[in-house]
Amino acid sequence: MADSHSMEEIQKHVRVYMYVFGTLMVLTVVTVAVAYLHLNIWPALIVALVIASIKAGLVAGYFMHLIGEKKLIMYILALTGTFLVIMFILFISAYHDQVGRAALEMVYHVA
Amino acid sequence: MQIPYTVEARPDTGVNNAKLGVWLFLASEIMLFGGLFSAYIFLRVGSPEWPGDILGHTYTSASEILNVPLAFVNTIVLIASSVTIVLSWAALAMGNFKKYRIYMGLTVLAGFGFLIIKAIEYSDKFSHGYLPAENNFLGIYFVMTGLHALHVIGGMIVNGYFLGPGAKMWKSDPKRFMSRIEVAGLYWHFVDLVWIFLFPTIYLI
Repeated sequence: MADSHSMEEIQKHVRVYMYVFGTLMVLTVVTVAVAYLHLNIWPALIVALVIASIKAGLVAGYFMHLIGEKKLIMYILALTGTFLVIMFILFISAYHDQVGRAALEMVYHVA
Repeated sequence: MQIPYTVEARPDTGVNNAKLGVWLFLASEIMLFGGLFSAYIFLRVGSPEWPGDILGHTYTSASEILNVPLAFVNTIVLIASSVTIVLSWAALAMGNFKKYRIYMGLTVLAGFGFLIIKAIEYSDKFSHGYLPAENNFLGIYFVMTGLHALHVIGGMIVNGYFLGPGAKMWKSDPKRFMSRIEVAGLYWHFVDLVWIFLFPTIYLI
């Protein structure tokens, strides 16, 4: 985000904020509407997460001024995102480890 | 002593210290909430029914227990407050302190609105005996929404300070005050971001 703001620049920003606000409202309504369709768990999950991610991107990109932000902030966030994914993978593999063990126990009757 | 680089960018980082500090804090917050989301996924995939048994009834959908319309209203309240805080910053950038006061006031007000609705939801759960100890779903629901509500309260204290006594700085050091409002906004948007993920994952799916 540039540190020198002219009046017109700020007014242009404000217009963009209002467009983003409108889009966020529409997406919120869509999320709830989709939930009332009672889709199966996987399509429901994917639709909900995709919409949430778009909303998050709009908030971070425009309200938090991440678009055009300095590289250092981007690096910090990329590093955080990487660790976040690693954490999710650890949890998921811990779960699969459990499931795998239960299956082995059933097949080989090991306690 | 003057704290260095509160407004102007540090030559080596390219940003001022306030912004860098808040972004680092938000990075740690991402991991905090990420850990809780991981716990939520872990509990959920590991249970045969979700939300499952609560006080002798088996529930198969969170919307049977939680109030989706109220949470929907709360989503809108929080997003609107994100808009008002960014507008309060824009008002300062245009040198309009009066408008800043109005938008920051609306932001704090929206925070109260969110908490009141949350309190209505909580007391409804409590009155039915739906306590965190009853069931894993209720446990993670109260932990995640409770921690989020604490973040809302924290943000309201900061925003309230900048609305009231902290606003004096606009006269003595307007650039630094603007920078403060910008980073307070970053935090407030993050609180909004967390809710954007909490609402569909806990209430809708």
